[in-house]
Amino acid sequence: MDLSAINPALLLASLMVAATPILLAAIGELVAERSGVLNLGVEGMMITGAICGFAIAVETGSPWLGFAGAAAGGAVLALLFALLTQVALANQVASGLALTLFGLGLSALIGQGYVGIKPPKFARLDIPVLGDLPVVGRVLFGHDPMLYIAIALVAGVWILLRFSRAGLILRAVGENHDAAHALGYKVVRIRILAILFGGACAGLGGAYISLVRVPQWTEGMTAGVGWIALALVVFGSWKPWRVLLGAWLFGGITVLQLNLQAAGVAIPVEYLAMSPYLVTILVLVILSADKSRAPASLGKIFHASQ
Amino acid sequence: MKFTSLLVGGALALGMATGAMAQDDKAKVGFIYVGPIGDGGYTFEHDQARKAVVEKFGDKVETTYVESVPEGPDAERVMTQMALNGADLIFATSFGFMDATVNTAKKFPDVKFEHATGYKTAPNLAIYNARFYEGRAIQGLIAGEMTESNIVGYIGSYPIPEVIRGMNSAFIHARKVNPDVQFKIVWAYTWFDPAKEADAAKVLIEQGADVILQHTDSTAPLAAAEAAGNVIGFGQASDMGEYADGPRVTSIIDNWAPYYIERVNAVIDGTWETSDTWAGIGDGMVEIGEITDRVPAEVKAEALELKDKIASGEYHPYTGPLNKQDGTPWLAEGEIADDQTLLGMDFFVEGITAEMPK
Amino acid sequence: MIVLEKRPQPSRAWAIATPILAVLATMLFGGLLFAVLGKNPVEAILTIFYDPLLGPHAGYYRPQLLVKGAPLVLIAIGLSLGFKAGIWNIGAEGQYIVGAICGAGVALAFYPLEAWYIFPLMVLGGAFGGWVWAMIPALLKVRFGTNEILVSLMLVYVAEQLLASMSLGLLRNPQGLGFPGSRNLQQYESAHNAELFANTGMHWGVVAALLSVIFAYILLNQHMRGFHIRLTGDAPRAARFAGVRPARLILFCLGSGGALAGLAGMFEVAGPSGVVSIDFNVGYGFTAIIVAFLGRLHPVGVLLAGALLALTYIGGEIAQSNLGLPAAAIQVFQGMLLFFLLALDLLTNYRIRARQTGVA
Repeated sequence: MDLSAINPALLLASLMVAATPILLAAIGELVAERSGVLNLGVEGMMITGAICGFAIAVETGSPWLGFAGAAAGGAVLALLFALLTQVALANQVASGLALTLFGLGLSALIGQGYVGIKPPKFARLDIPVLGDLPVVGRVLFGHDPMLYIAIALVAGVWILLRFSRAGLILRAVGENHDAAHALGYKVVRIRILAILFGGACAGLGGAYISLVRVPQWTEGMTAGVGWIALALVVFGSWKPWRVLLGAWLFGGITVLQLNLQAAGVAIPVEYLAMSPYLVTILVLVILSADKSRAPASLGKIFHASQ
Repeated sequence: MKFTSLLVGGALALGMATGAMAQDDKAKVGFIYVGPIGDGGYTFEHDQARKAVVEKFGDKVETTYVESVPEGPDAERVMTQMALNGADLIFATSFGFMDATVNTAKKFPDVKFEHATGYKTAPNLAIYNARFYEGRAIQGLIAGEMTESNIVGYIGSYPIPEVIRGMNSAFIHARKVNPDVQFKIVWAYTWFDPAKEADAAKVLIEQGADVILQHTDSTAPLAAAEAAGNVIGFGQASDMGEYADGPRVTSIIDNWAPYYIERVNAVIDGTWETSDTWAGIGDGMVEIGEITDRVPAEVKAEALELKDKIASGEYHPYTGPLNKQDGTPWLAEGEIADDQTLLGMDFFVEGITAEMPK
Repeated sequence: MIVLEKRPQPSRAWAIATPILAVLATMLFGGLLFAVLGKNPVEAILTIFYDPLLGPHAGYYRPQLLVKGAPLVLIAIGLSLGFKAGIWNIGAEGQYIVGAICGAGVALAFYPLEAWYIFPLMVLGGAFGGWVWAMIPALLKVRFGTNEILVSLMLVYVAEQLLASMSLGLLRNPQGLGFPGSRNLQQYESAHNAELFANTGMHWGVVAALLSVIFAYILLNQHMRGFHIRLTGDAPRAARFAGVRPARLILFCLGSGGALAGLAGMFEVAGPSGVVSIDFNVGYGFTAIIVAFLGRLHPVGVLLAGALLALTYIGGEIAQSNLGLPAAAIQVFQGMLLFFLLALDLLTNYRIRARQTGVA
């Protein structure tokens, strides 16, 4: 065993990268859930974003266009969910699960011609002076732009929810849609927008995997990350910064367990592999003392009956 | 209701006896895959071999395949269905299909079955596998020669004999050319999760590894190596040639095509017999991808020499003297490991410091 | 302007008509998809819906519908009880795995003894395993108010690692040449959940699934506990006043759901599957959630939904092998079917009316 081989600065830097796809998807889902919509189709939207982003990046040669396409792809799939749940008033849990099934299939169909191709490179930001600082430079300033965009999104969502009128309306719709409706807010329209935002973010998260983290296209490559993102939203009790914290915690434990293995720590590997999930449960239990609860209308069907 | 089902069952049993007769002279060949053909790795290569069969025999064969079949009852149903539809030969391409294949083979004595990487045979059930560890020996040699930090990272899926055999083989040959080399081993505990493979590769690189070996199918570790700059890696299952201008110095390619063509041919000729094939570099089932210029010429020559010696049978990668990890003697000087031990390998050889997960 | 008007009572006629309409719509759009992929749409649709039931080899496929549908129905029945009461167990996959491990564990502990009591003990073991796994989120919810959706979901991943560990370690077949996976229970007579009648697909798991449908029906319609479940789901506050103790209800719903999922896992490992292996679980626990909702949380509906999904799985496999359709196209097709079923359900509960603008 040689724990000195683990470099804490590098560990921090990698956990931020490992956490980014989950973070992107989770922050989108947070907005949807704050508006009272529970979309379990995150995994399906992520994988669709992964292939849309990949295909467009390969065709155009531009990762930025790829990310834009991923957001659009995720949003289009989310639109399907919006139609089902907001227009056809279908059950949200079942619709979300169906969306995941559909997205996995659809992405595989689109991706048939993209196996074994290398996407254009997405360069790391090279910040001159800051990036060269010891420790801090690598941890804070040595990443790719998407990682910062993800964090900026968290901040943006926080500001929106906390300080803006739009955020207030969104929360009102999520807490009590009948009251919000009575006040003259367009509940369905607001929810559809929130769902689309969630889809776009999930798409970005998927594309981060297919364009930055892995980068390649293979069927089913998101491998369950979408579910973790869903868990994170509740984990973060619907608060943006807590979601960020949760994502880093989860990413951190994942990376740490690999680090411990490589360093030869003699804990049975399967227990190490379980650890991110067990720690999540543990933190959930601790956090449940905190009484912040889900948006009151979460998952409920809204119908404006006169 | 029950009575009619029984009747149908009886009719079915009759149908099974005759159903296998091909209606026309076309050989019908079925393939069942454990993953999607778009996985770019294991299943992809099996499907490439299926396409090679089609190309070779043209309209003398008709191939069908079903992808992403879970093991267990689903696999058995898919194979039964292929047999009912008149398949003459069925390739079950994953270890997990073993018992399902045995069961189906029992039900259809006239249909031929081929099961990859298993160990159960029958008069109409043959098994085949590739000696990937031969390719690992070459990778180990290159790794041992090229590492400067003397740390080689190895990403494994699960601690099963197939993976352990490759690790030992790579380690033995790395040590032969570089007595100071150390292996750092990370088990992903998944067959397929590209993001996790990327993380694992990064962790190994951060802990000083400058050569990454992988027993997982995605290119994620190669991308991580490329991002790190001065790290090399290898293609796994497929050539992964898209990284040839970067970290990928050579590769192990699963080339099932020659075997599939041979077996289909045997069915067409009526000469098919059950067999137990464990083929390696010499038979072309394990292919070594082109060694790039990043490898110094003398190392490349050394690697190619090792490849030729293995291919000709002059040298076996598991030749004594070798001890097990705890120091107990395993193979004496010049002794060659028997296939039975290799097939069930569940121990590391001496020198590997990592502990085998229990 | 078109508006929706809630029906005072769900329409019986539409409740029957919508699933049929949904299947027809799926055939239409699915056919389009298959045509785009260059396949004959009529042939593809027939292969999926007709062949498993009445096609040339239907004698083989019909029993397989039971094999594929039974675990789905068994799990979905358990889940629907909880969903009705607003208790969200989405970790049935984990409970299924642990049930299988425990059931197989009991059998392998007795191996190679042959005795009549082994199978009943395995049944108990399987149910117990699933129950214990579901009790973790249940107790955490009752004691700390922890969200059960998340805990049960996280425990799926834990169970998967446990499964890998068991297949590689404790339950590994000592005669398996070091390969992962347990002994095959199909070859251990006392433990084998064999077909009750040859070539019918009927095994104890199918019997259990049918029994669970009947019990759930009686529970929900005749029993006080069933009334409490429905009341809690429809009107939680009223339930309080009616004397429902939420903690008990949570323990009951999660516990029975877990036990049924565990049973499904145990019947699967002892019968159709035979071995505990790393990839033993194939997603029944998640698919069952869809089945529960498609069946509108009604026991008979669950039964029908389970049968329909099993049909598309088996028909989909046939279409893949006979017509060369990619697995992904089948997935998309199944997704469409679910979408249409869910969307058209609207007509059961709402009336669509055209109305003059400005009135609302």
